[in-house]
Amino acid sequence: MSPSLLPWFLVVQRLGIALLTLVIVSFAVFFATELLPGDVAEILLGQAATPEAVAGLRAAMGLDEPALSRFVGWLVGLAQGDLGTSYVNNMEVVELIAGRLGNSLRLAGVTTLLSVPVALSLGIGAAMYRGSLFDRMVSVLTISVISVPEFMVATLAVLIFAVWLDWLPALSYGADVSSIGAMLKAYAMPVITLSCVISAQMIRMTRAAVIETLNTPYVEMALLKGASRRRMVLIHALPNALGPIANAVALSVSYLVGGVIIVETIFNYPGVAKLMVDAVSTRDLPLIQSCAMIFCVSYLSLITLADLIAILSNPRLR
Amino acid sequence: MTDPLVTVENLVIGATTDAGRHVEIIKGVSFEIAPGEIVALIGESGSGKTTIALSLMGHARSGCRIEGGRIRLDRSEITAMTEAERARLRGTEVSYVPQSAAAAFNPSKRIMDQVIEISAIHALMPRAEAEAKAVELFRALALPEPEVIGARYPHQVSGGQLQRLSAAMALIGDPKLVIFDEPTTALDVTTQIEVLRAFKSVMQQGGISGVYVSHDLAVVAQIADRIIVLRGGEVQEVGGTEQILKAPQHPYTRDLLAAFEPVPHQPLSAAEAAAGILRPKPVLKVQDLCAGYGHVSKGEPRAKVLKNVSFTLERGRNLGVIGESGSGKSTLARAIAGILPPYRGTALFDGTELRPDLRNRSKEQLRRLQIVFQLADTALNPNHSIGSILARPLTFYEGLRGKAREARVIELLDMVHLPASLRHRLPGELSGGQKQRVNLARALAASPELILCDEITSALDTVVAAAILELLKELQRELNLSYMFISHDLSTVEAICDDVLVMYKGAVVEALPAARMSREAQHPYSRLLISSVPQLDTGWLTGLEQDPELVAQFARR
Repeated sequence: MSPSLLPWFLVVQRLGIALLTLVIVSFAVFFATELLPGDVAEILLGQAATPEAVAGLRAAMGLDEPALSRFVGWLVGLAQGDLGTSYVNNMEVVELIAGRLGNSLRLAGVTTLLSVPVALSLGIGAAMYRGSLFDRMVSVLTISVISVPEFMVATLAVLIFAVWLDWLPALSYGADVSSIGAMLKAYAMPVITLSCVISAQMIRMTRAAVIETLNTPYVEMALLKGASRRRMVLIHALPNALGPIANAVALSVSYLVGGVIIVETIFNYPGVAKLMVDAVSTRDLPLIQSCAMIFCVSYLSLITLADLIAILSNPRLR
Repeated sequence: MTDPLVTVENLVIGATTDAGRHVEIIKGVSFEIAPGEIVALIGESGSGKTTIALSLMGHARSGCRIEGGRIRLDRSEITAMTEAERARLRGTEVSYVPQSAAAAFNPSKRIMDQVIEISAIHALMPRAEAEAKAVELFRALALPEPEVIGARYPHQVSGGQLQRLSAAMALIGDPKLVIFDEPTTALDVTTQIEVLRAFKSVMQQGGISGVYVSHDLAVVAQIADRIIVLRGGEVQEVGGTEQILKAPQHPYTRDLLAAFEPVPHQPLSAAEAAAGILRPKPVLKVQDLCAGYGHVSKGEPRAKVLKNVSFTLERGRNLGVIGESGSGKSTLARAIAGILPPYRGTALFDGTELRPDLRNRSKEQLRRLQIVFQLADTALNPNHSIGSILARPLTFYEGLRGKAREARVIELLDMVHLPASLRHRLPGELSGGQKQRVNLARALAASPELILCDEITSALDTVVAAAILELLKELQRELNLSYMFISHDLSTVEAICDDVLVMYKGAVVEALPAARMSREAQHPYSRLLISSVPQLDTGWLTGLEQDPELVAQFARR
């Protein structure tokens, strides 16, 4: 293979693996949901329903077909761009998700814009001045943030800023977002809570990756050329630590789409995570599947992006 | 006499170990370097030679600290300076050529940017001027395509070229002193010559002083004016290069020199052979062996490394395999051992054919053929005690347990001259030589008939390596072993082997008796290889004449 084609080959290979992962995940989610006791017909009709009524509804909804054929049917629909119809309220899944996804992405976007630069600078700074007071403060801070569960951070934030100080609205959704100031106010608490959750991991990984490259002979060589500490870190260590850092960032950010259920609940924020949990409680399979696919796609694209950055930042692979 | 360029007085460098203990690693060293003089620091690992060299740049590696004495370079008192003041000297007054240029070049930056970085850091000259100067240096260092080589990335040039590029990097800021830290140790001998020549000529032309750190007296003899012999952080002897080589005063210097003298190998005496114990009978017969790496299609791997290798090794004799990096010598050992199954050809062990893949071989076949790897550090599990490392093969091959196994472990340790108490220790607590002995004892645990030794002395100091070779010979006499001994070092092979295979690019180019190797080698590559080994003679490099066509054909410079 010619050297210039190699990175593209790697990219195509990554995309192929991502696609395969999607199919496997959808399969796993589908059958895991099948394993749950009860189905959508029982839940819709309530406890008082007769077995005949439940069976009738099942037949009407097509639930009496074998699980595998329903799965294949759904997969074929997905391939044609049809996410299907919700079992519970007969709405198109696309419609149900569209608004919620926008909310989720907005929250994730704002949080990413805030937390990634802060986390990277703290991590790099801590690595640069390893063992200093600053480094130890950052370490203590990240460890304490990791060990406090996010519902605790969120509840405390509501208690302090919304109840006692009355600075910020307790609920983010439906709040006044007409001006930038108002929007900042509305998003402040969920964003701060989520930033706490994802930054700690990024800070620690960034610090570790930079420290590892700082211990290499080429950084010592830079020192012996008279380079300043800033130059050693920014010019020599950081470009070689980009791969691991990009992966840490991707992992943390991917959490923002699917893993934010607690924050969505506490701040009553209508995102996709909450939609999926509701769907599980009603066994609404098409909706569950579609949400799972969204989480999986966002996760996979972030990881693939990180891999791409790692490949492009390495001249030996480029 | 003019004022010295460098004065080191009573230098003391201390280190704090992981356990928090404080040790002095340099114990009051003093010396001077005159302008234009090249001084060699010679010693074994742990002698403090690199630590002293780095201290001349005001640098101590993490955990170490300059604790006493003074270092003066030209008009600067390095020991009295702040870190920022020292940084201003680095690259402009004193610069550094690292041991492994491959590791010292940043893999993600172009070579030119790194070579002229010193001029950028210290704002010495505009970029265009610096690049022009770098190209001049590339030319002076005999690098190919001097105008464009700087545009490449470090992984795109060879090791020997990278080492010369690192010298250009050191010289760009016109330093008064250049520190060479074992700059040719990682190179093949045929490459080493060109690098040494390039270093010597640029240093002479510029009238630059140098500190040349090395463990190799023969290399130092070619380039240094004076030699300082170090051991355990103390100076043992200082003298002119001729005097140290010809008339060493200190017993330790004599030991170092003695380790260089080739000890010719005595094959088993004719009497022993005649006694019929050892009728010449091949223990290993290899025919047209082919092996390689990578994806296999149509029964052939993509990267074919070994090409039709054939040889016969008779019982009780030793076969040396020499060649440079990439010649396929380690692959040969791996193919015979079945770690890398050969895709064509056969290996007969004591007359019976060995299956290519070791998973298909009988336990008895596995037992009789053992392999010892180069790096004991990676071959021994750091979390297992020496006792359990040696116990494993005993249980596997002989089903030994309990007291009997313990007794056999002690016996094995005794065989390799290690105390029985060592079995409770972890590999990390042992010295390099001790670890290599354990590595060997593990192979002996199987009571093998043939041991494949893959560069087992290469990572060891010369004196330690000589002791390991002695041990191998002794074990051979006692246990009737045969060795296949792989090495890039010709004198090691001469010291232990009866026959030698010279390998080049995966093929055997010549097979001949070890004792007559230096005189009778016929193949041009063997001759090039043999003539490239540095001699303990100050005039060797200057007087060496090699056929340029031969060099162009075989040496990857």
